[in-house]
Amino acid sequence: MNRIDKVFERLAAEQKKALIPFVTAGDPCLDSTEMIVLEMVKQGADIIELGMPFSDPLADGPTIQASALRALDGGVNTAQILELVKSLHQKIQTPIVAMGYYNPILQYGLEQFAKDAADAGVDGTIIADLPLEEADKWGACAEKYGICNIFLVAPTTPLERAKKIACKSRGFLYYVSVAGITGARTNLPADIVANIKALKAVSPVPVAVGFGVSQPEHVEMLSKVADGVIVGSAIVKIIERNLEKSQGHTLSFSIQGMAELGDFVGRLKEKT
Amino acid sequence: MTIHHKKESEYVGNVPDRRGHFGDYGGRFVPETLMPALNELEKAYKAIKKDKTFIQEFSYILGDYVGRPTPLYEAKRLAEAVGGRIKVFLKREDLTHTGAHKINNTIGQALLARRMGKRRIIAETGAGQHGVATATACALFGLKCEVYMGVKDTVRQAMNVYRMELAGAKVLPVSSGTQTLKDATNEAIRDWVTNVKDTHYIIGSVVGPHPYPMMVRDFQSVIGQEIKKQIKKQAGQMPDVILACVGGGSNAMGAFFPFVRETDVRLIGVEAAGEGLDTDHHSATLTVGRPGVLHGKLTYLLQDRWGQIKGAHSLAPGLDYPGVGPEHSFLKDVQRAEYVCVDDEEALEGFMLLCEIEGIIPALESAHAVAYLRKLAPMLKDGSVVVINLSGRGDKDVATVSDILRSRKPGA
Repeated sequence: MNRIDKVFERLAAEQKKALIPFVTAGDPCLDSTEMIVLEMVKQGADIIELGMPFSDPLADGPTIQASALRALDGGVNTAQILELVKSLHQKIQTPIVAMGYYNPILQYGLEQFAKDAADAGVDGTIIADLPLEEADKWGACAEKYGICNIFLVAPTTPLERAKKIACKSRGFLYYVSVAGITGARTNLPADIVANIKALKAVSPVPVAVGFGVSQPEHVEMLSKVADGVIVGSAIVKIIERNLEKSQGHTLSFSIQGMAELGDFVGRLKEKT
Repeated sequence: MTIHHKKESEYVGNVPDRRGHFGDYGGRFVPETLMPALNELEKAYKAIKKDKTFIQEFSYILGDYVGRPTPLYEAKRLAEAVGGRIKVFLKREDLTHTGAHKINNTIGQALLARRMGKRRIIAETGAGQHGVATATACALFGLKCEVYMGVKDTVRQAMNVYRMELAGAKVLPVSSGTQTLKDATNEAIRDWVTNVKDTHYIIGSVVGPHPYPMMVRDFQSVIGQEIKKQIKKQAGQMPDVILACVGGGSNAMGAFFPFVRETDVRLIGVEAAGEGLDTDHHSATLTVGRPGVLHGKLTYLLQDRWGQIKGAHSLAPGLDYPGVGPEHSFLKDVQRAEYVCVDDEEALEGFMLLCEIEGIIPALESAHAVAYLRKLAPMLKDGSVVVINLSGRGDKDVATVSDILRSRKPGA
């Protein structure tokens, strides 16, 4: 059984839900990312969503766009991200899901990426611009090397289609809470609970909810219906607020920032 | 990645397939949120394609409002200037209402949006020609219009910003990334993902996810259909060569498509070599790019080894795009069309040449096709017939060109 399935099984037994925080690999540098992930795990993160930066992140709002840009400006690339995952898995067993866009994976080579990612310990992938109809090639590679390819379902997706997608999704299904791009929102859509319930009724895999989720209250509300909650932009904002320029104008994440981030993740976890 | 080469005859006229693939290219690489909208659009488009009322209304507007058919003009002095052994015809898309071929597509898509009950239109624009054409169509049909445009382009094409505003559109400057067409397209897609319920996105070229490359090609094919009729009458034969500039590639696709099965007709797309192919400042996607995925489609792209998209450059903002329509990628691989490039300096010379000897100010984009004629002419047989698709007029570029020329004057 893969690590993601194990996590959901354990949580189900404990009657808990998964907290899945997001962080962009290499923002502001890979060393910071490693420390951030370890801190998030220490504070109770159940699965880590690790962003693979792309130059044209068209499903992302300003916060994650800027984060990806900082990482790319720092020179991070796919091979280094896989090294980071390898290094992390020497310290933690928490599943790591790589989230990104299709082109960097395509250019790495689908089969090669699947092999190297599996070797490094990548447990799953979420590819924002790879819908069901285009996913056969990557899906086959991922399956071959034991990587869960996690699909997204949106509020605009008709239920029949959502069912088809859920059946192809491995590990869990990512429900996009709002029609739109990533970004912290104060209010979540009114129909969200009903939509998640409908989706859970047709999905053979657990359903995790993301996009817009930014507060412990959101996590509390969503944990009542979903199997997991994904928090991205609200975490990246803490990183953005706590950047320091060190010598040579390289950016680093401050110690106070790490404390703030740890505290925030801990408060989110309490609500699952 | 490997692209399988198959004989052109297996494909030509049969693309895209059901899922919008042109051979290995095209497709639908978008966030799930947009998939239902793309399905809906595809269905609506297929319905209007056979709908007599739609076709009648579209033709009527193209005729009485856009000014079609546009003339096919024999440019005898231009032919003489390049050696005098060949015949050169200019397809005068520059004479359409709003001054570029872009209007053919925006009228079609705005009519379609109205049928689909979408009251809000968004668009991206580089040179501003597509933005102006979209704003115009929206004014004509009473639709709300917002246009994303890179900050850099709003400066160098300021006149077009004002034209859009006059037509009642809102221009939204994009300051992220390259501040040109690539990032304007990202922003337009982000808007569409957010407002997909009441909004139609009028993409301006044969790019984006299926059905856009097919639909825009079809709306632009009126160019090639007219060329076919006109050239028979005026030259008594099919053209030997059709030349068109390629950024995203909609004017070229429109001119090429009705000739794709006429394999004796050479189809040549001219890309922008910008400051030179040995620099990072060019837009020669098909010439030196590699296949990859951007803005919903698999196609040739300018990118680094890790798949990050590179900024493009051209003196002509309409060519300043690191991708290209997937059907061009396909036509290149099956060797049905040839793709070449000319640099900023050559394009400027082409621009000047046409102004001076024909009294026609071409868009800097179209000037690339004119410039390539000078390279091509010596290699053609006597009596060859060449058609250049003069995709737009150059009023928008007059300030750019005059700045360059002034900076070169001694003492400037």
